[in-house]
Parts: sequence; C-alpha cells; structure tokens
Amino acid sequence: MSATIAVPNPSVWDRVRTYSPSRRYLPVVATFALFIGMFGAGGIRYEGFTDPQVFLSLLLDNSFLIVLAVGMTFVILSGGIDLSVGSVVALSTMIAAKTLEMGWSPYLSMVTVLVVGTLLGTLMGLLIHYLDIQPFIATLAGLFLARGLTYLISTESIPITDATFTELAFASITLPGGYYTTWTVVVALATVVVAAAVLARTRFGRTVYAVGGNEASAMLMGLRVAAVKVGVYAISGFCAALGGLLFGLYTLSGYSLHAVGMELDAIAAVVIGGTLLTGGRGFVVGSLLGVLVLGTIQTFISFDGTLNSWWTRIVIGALLLVFVVVQRLMTRRQT
Amino acid sequence: MTHTQEQVVTVRPEPSQQPVVEMRDISITFGTVSALDRVSMRLFPGEVHALMGENGAGKSTLIKALTGVYTIDAGTIVVGGEEHEFHTPAAAQAAGISTVYQEVNLVPNLTVAENMLLGREPRRFGAINVRAMNRRARQTLERLGLDVNPGSLLGDHPIAVQQLVAIARAVDVDARVVILDEPTSSLDADEVEKLFDVMRRLREHGVAIVFVSHFLDQIYEIADRMTILRNGRLVEERMVAETSQLELVRLMIGRELEVLERLDRDQRQAAVSSETPVLKAVGLSRKGSLEATDLTLYEGEVVGVAGLLGSGRTELARLLFGADTADHGELEVRSSRRRLRSPRHAIDRKMAFSSEDRKAEGVIGDLTVADNMLLALQASRGWLRPIPQATRARLVRDYIQALDIRPADPDALMRNLSGGNQQKVLLARWLITDPDVLILDEPTRGIDIGAKTQIQTLVADLAAKGMAVVFISAELEEVLRLSHRVVVMRDRRKIRELPNDDVSVSDVLEIIAGEARQTEEGTA
Ligand SMILES: Nc1ncnc2c1ncn2[C@@H]1O[C@H](COP(=O)(O)OP(=O)(O)OP(=O)(O)O)[C@@H](O)[C@H]1O
Ligand SMILES: [Mg+2]
Repeated sequence: MSATIAVPNPSVWDRVRTYSPSRRYLPVVATFALFIGMFGAGGIRYEGFTDPQVFLSLLLDNSFLIVLAVGMTFVILSGGIDLSVGSVVALSTMIAAKTLEMGWSPYLSMVTVLVVGTLLGTLMGLLIHYLDIQPFIATLAGLFLARGLTYLISTESIPITDATFTELAFASITLPGGYYTTWTVVVALATVVVAAAVLARTRFGRTVYAVGGNEASAMLMGLRVAAVKVGVYAISGFCAALGGLLFGLYTLSGYSLHAVGMELDAIAAVVIGGTLLTGGRGFVVGSLLGVLVLGTIQTFISFDGTLNSWWTRIVIGALLLVFVVVQRLMTRRQT
Repeated sequence: MTHTQEQVVTVRPEPSQQPVVEMRDISITFGTVSALDRVSMRLFPGEVHALMGENGAGKSTLIKALTGVYTIDAGTIVVGGEEHEFHTPAAAQAAGISTVYQEVNLVPNLTVAENMLLGREPRRFGAINVRAMNRRARQTLERLGLDVNPGSLLGDHPIAVQQLVAIARAVDVDARVVILDEPTSSLDADEVEKLFDVMRRLREHGVAIVFVSHFLDQIYEIADRMTILRNGRLVEERMVAETSQLELVRLMIGRELEVLERLDRDQRQAAVSSETPVLKAVGLSRKGSLEATDLTLYEGEVVGVAGLLGSGRTELARLLFGADTADHGELEVRSSRRRLRSPRHAIDRKMAFSSEDRKAEGVIGDLTVADNMLLALQASRGWLRPIPQATRARLVRDYIQALDIRPADPDALMRNLSGGNQQKVLLARWLITDPDVLILDEPTRGIDIGAKTQIQTLVADLAAKGMAVVFISAELEEVLRLSHRVVVMRDRRKIRELPNDDVSVSDVLEIIAGEARQTEEGTA
C-alpha cells in the first residue's frame, strides 16, 4: 500500500464542484430523473398538470401505497418478499369498519388493526426464519389467510361512519399559497422519514442490509439475524395495517375486495425505486419515488381522458422491465 | 515469503494459569462422516496457538464447534473456568471470542467501516454515529497498515483487502480469544508482518490467539504452542520451539513427506518451451486496473507473475481471460486477433482461468464435487452435448486422485468440503478442460504443504506437455520455483520481464523496491 499524502481539507466549493453521486445512489437518482421528466412532459402536454395541487393529490391518492412500499422495502432489502400486504390492507379496513360498527372507540379500533397486522407479519417472519420456509410461500399463505379472514368477518362492504374517522378523512391542512393536503399524507411522509432514519442509522437497519447482502456471513459476523428477519416482516405487517387504515380513510369503507393485487403495486414501486430484488441494496426514498412514478402514470391517463386505463398497467410493466434490466446491467458491471 | 532468519524463539514455560478455553473430547459427525473424534485443545491467555493439520483434518470444524456454528455431539467446552456451550456465533462473540472464519465472511454491500464495527458501532442517542465509526475504523485499519477509505463499499475491494478488513473486525474488539482461520492465505509478506505485529501486541495483553496457516515459516515465527490434528483426531499438543519442521510435517501427515522439494530447478528447466506463441497481448490496458501491458506466452512455458498486493496481478489475469474487458490493446490467441469480450470467448479458444476469489466466483456449494469439476468442461462443449457418463466418472476419479481430494467421494456436496479441498476441486475444474492456456490466480491458496507440491508438480508436467501457464501467487518462492519466465508487476503495470535463471526472492523484491526508488526520484 502506498503512503497517503495529507490532503488539506477541501473547501465547500471544491466539494460541490467535484461531487458526483456515488454509484449506490444512481438508481434513486435515475428514478428521480424519471419522475421529474414525466412530470415535466405532463406539464408540456396538459394544461394545469404542473399545478402543485396535482402533485399534492398524487400524494393524497397514494398515501396508503407509500406506506405499503415502505414496509415492502424493509422486506426486500433483507432479501425476502411479502405478498400478503394487499390482503392485510383489506383485512384492516374490514376490522376497522366492523369494530366501529360494533361501537368500539375509534382509537381502540385503530390500535386493534395495527396489532393484528403486526402479529400477522411477525407470524410469517417466524415461519420464514425458524422453519426455513420460502418467504414467497409463507407470505402467499398469509395472503390467503388475511383475505379469508376478511370474508369471514363480512362478505358485504361495511361503510365507515364514525365521526372521528370521517373528520380525519375530510380534514384538510391548508398550506401557504392556498394549497391543501390531508393527514393521511402527513402520516405517509412521516413513515418514510422514520423508515429512512431507521434503515440508515440504526443497528437494526444496517443489519437488514447485511442480511440482504449475505445472510450466512451476517450470521457468522455475530449479527442478530433472527431478530432482523422476523422484524422486517413485523414491520411490513405493521405498515400494511397502517396502509389499511389510510385506505379505510380514503374509501370510508371496509370491504373484502379492497386492495386486490396491491402487493404487486408495492413491489413494483420498490423495484422502480431502485431496490435490488435480491436484497441488500436500495433506499426508502427510492420507493417513495417509485410510488410517485406509478401515480404520475395514472394522473397522465386521467388528464388525457382518451386513454384506456389499462395503459397504466402496460406502462408499469414496461417500466418495471426497463428498471430490472438496468439494475442487472449495473450490478454486472460491478463484479 | 521473507522471514527473518534469526528467529527469536522465546521458550515459554508451561503456563501456570488456567486455560481460557478448554475443549475436551469434542466429537462431531456430519451424517456418517466423523469430522472430529474426541479432539481436545487448550488455550492459554497470552499465547499464539497454532492449529495444524492437512486439508480436511478438522481445523475449521473445531473452531466452529467452539464458536457455536456447529453443535457438538459429545465433549465439553470450558470457557473461563466454567462449562459453556455457545449456540450462536453471536453468543461466542459476546463472551469475548472473536473469530475470522476461513472464507472471508463479510457483507459486500456495506461499507468497510460497517463491516468492521457492525454490532458494536459507536452510537449517539441510539443512532449510529457514522463519523465516529469511520474514525475508529480508520485507526484500526492503520494499525494493520491498510490505507482504505472506511466509507467505501467492501465489495469494491480486492479479496486481500477484504481479508484484512475481516481481521480488523476481529482484533478491534476487547476479546479474550481471537481466532484466525487462515488469515494470511491471500496476504503478502508485508501484510503478514503487520498482522503479526498486531498479534504480538494482543498476546502481550494476555489475549489467547488461535492461528491457522499452511505456511510453516509463519507458524515458527509467531506461534508458541500448537495442536496437531490428523483425519479428525488429535495427534499431539506441542510447544513450537521444541518441534522441528520435519517432525511437525511428519506429525501432520503421519508419514515422512518423501521429497518436499522434488520439484527443483532441473526438472523445471527440462521443460522445452517452443517458439510458438499461443497468446500475445499488446498494450492491454483498462482504466483504473492496469496500464498498457505486453505479454507473450509460448507453448510449454510457465510464466510467473510476481508483484505485491495491488500491483495488478489479478487485473492482468482477468484481462487476459476477458473476465474484464480491456479499454485498449490487442489480444491474439493462436494468431486470431479477436477481442475477448467475455470468458465464454476465452473458453472457446481453449483458455482457462482459475480465479483467486473462490467464494464469489467458483464454488457452487449445493452441487456435488463431480458437478463442480465438470462445470467448465460442460460449458465449453455446450449444454446440448452432455459428457458421457463413463467419461465423467473417469475424469472425476482421475482428478480426485491426482489432487488427493478428500473425501474422495464424487457425490459429496461441495459446501461440505474443507476450504483447501474446495480449492483443489476448482483447480481440477479447469485442468479437466485440457486448455492451451491456463491462467492460475493463487491456485495454492489454503492448500497444505503436501498437496501444494503435488499441484506444483502437476503444473510443471502440464507445461512439459505443451500447455502455456500463467502462474500468479503471493508466495514468491512458489512463483520462482515453477516458472521459466518471471513478470514483475508494480503499481498496476509490468515493470520487468526476465528469464528465470536463478532469480531469487530478494532479486524480485529488489526490482520492485528499485522501481519504487526510481519513481520517487522521478517525482522529487
Ligand atoms: N457441513 C459438513 N458436512 C459434511 N462434512 C463436513 C462438513 N463440514 C466439514 N466436513 C468435513 O469435515 C472434515 C474437516 O473439515 P475442515 O473444514 O474442518 O478441515 P480443515 O482442517 O479446516 O481443512 P482446510 O485446511 O482445507 O481448511 C472434512 O473432511 C470435511 O469434508
Ligand atoms: Mg479450514
């Protein structure tokens, strides 16, 4: 090894001038660029597309998906997958609607939903870690179980009429400039911030990356692999329940056919956000951007009016393919 | 390896204290294979304890039995005076037993500092204090003489650096016991010396160190006491100072090693190198890994590549094989001037490359020994032309025998083989393809002395039959013993190429150092 020459501390300007994003952040930067590009293109094509309120509605319409994607990011980073989240959303709306109908306090109802979701997630995590069941299989079972439980409670849609819930759903927060948003958006963004901090700065978070990078090595390094592997599914379950509450606020109903296939949207958002499906690489912010990209496609279609809404699916499919291919090329270059 | 000849042998008296760790009559069986049979080992504070034995003797298994990776079938483990059995590596670590396992076990997608400190990183208000973590990592790395950015991703570094980081992780903690399972296998003399410095310091502080290495010189330089294993059984516990090298070898292999140095110069020189170039590289370069390099390989010739860690040895090999694509330069294989865009092309042109990073690039743990061996041959034939069953069986049997792979079972799962035996299988994988050009990057890493001579003999024989071999090794003696021509590398370029007539290790080191002096003068 050659000796180092002491380098004087570079000035701030030097640092700005020579800054180039680390390869690690490239996928997120790419997604960000894609989002800006799409938004810009929309602005050029359609009148009123770049109105900040459009962006705010984007967050509002996708707040539950953001929360789901956050939980999914934990799972995928650890090298797993969680297929149950869509069903857990439905189950959560149903539990909330049913308990409210039965006259429970709205707060107790919310806590119940969150506890049930977290427990379900924990259960799947335990199966996956201790019985060594493939995450795909374990969470597929969770998908059926949660959806089945939802039917068990009621096959009919139950409206949510509780005052606290409706107030929360309609209360808007006025922002400077006459724009407004809702509490659901605040919750979703807060989830993102907390998750990002946990992943970047806590031992738990870093161990999630370590497990996704190489589980056997992480074990030999003496890291708490079991806690992390169960923990990510618990977190995902919690996020799915929280997303379910937000979805319940959005639709003001509990229904067994809510959120069918939403797990796939969440996975798509995470992948488009640059997180590697094999685990170990990615950021929560990327997943947020992924959701926004998906939302923008939908906004495009609703602005256009002539396009069939199935175009959303086609574009998402194409985008997914492009991102996975790009990721593949990038990771291959590195080895 | 250069080691100080006047060995300062401090004869340590039988320590009066209690052992920190005592393993008594440990047995472990895997299925029907008995990997350890009533093996005992004692570790005293303030000693370097060498665990000796051939490939597959049970060294790594004994270590893993102690640290809770494997559960023991019988026997007792006493730690600090109390009977104690660990069930996870984390528990062993918490009890002050810090381990570097044989294969570098770190995570490539985290930073160097995180790999060193994860699990005990400095925190502030519950959050990891990245700045403090990087600072502490840098300090420990400096002690090991390693100049890497703690914030860089581990996976971006060569395997030797990763090995040093793993060592740094183990020695950074306040441990009572530090276990190093072949930590020096990919290190150069310089790094080994720095590691030994650190080990000596730990020893002075009363730490018990377990050290595994197939380099006897290293054992005699650093170790105080040793436990010798053979075939999963305890042979003897000995003081190093009271055991001669010859005796040690006899204890390890159970018989006299006939001719350790059978392969001497005469035999090597006997090989006829022809004038037909097989491979010709002109101005081969790749940004950040190798400056323009010329190299011509002739039939029947072994070209040794000498150079220190980071000199571009591995990079050269990868470019020759097309594992990395060159930015500039030309590569002629058998006078067809085609760009090698991928290893596939190289294989089609009858080249073979055994990579230094066996964990990442070679071993497929869930396949059998036979499948692992036949992988390259099958790939070169194309998947539509299966190798006839009889041929498969014969080839595999021959190579298991030629390289003395143990267990000699073609159907054993690769991941259950000891580290050294896995290395032999990888070597066989490429030898089986019967290539014209064979590029070997650290082929004898982690291989015991007996098998090493076998492999060297095999390489010399193959060259004598017309194969052109590029032989890369951190062990200069080995390079010099084997090669007809020596390429010396430094700072990612070739600085000298010379015929190997009585070139000595110090000659090579002088060339490398001389070049350093020149460049320094040049820049001054
Ligand atoms: N998980 C396992 N299943 C079956 N056999 C195993 C397993 N692990 C090790 N073995 C066998 O136990 C024996 C001892 O292996 P071990 O890895 O301890 O050898 P070693 O002394 O460390 O050798 P080396 O010098 O090559 O690293 C070998 O014969 C190996 O094949
Ligand atoms: Mg071993």
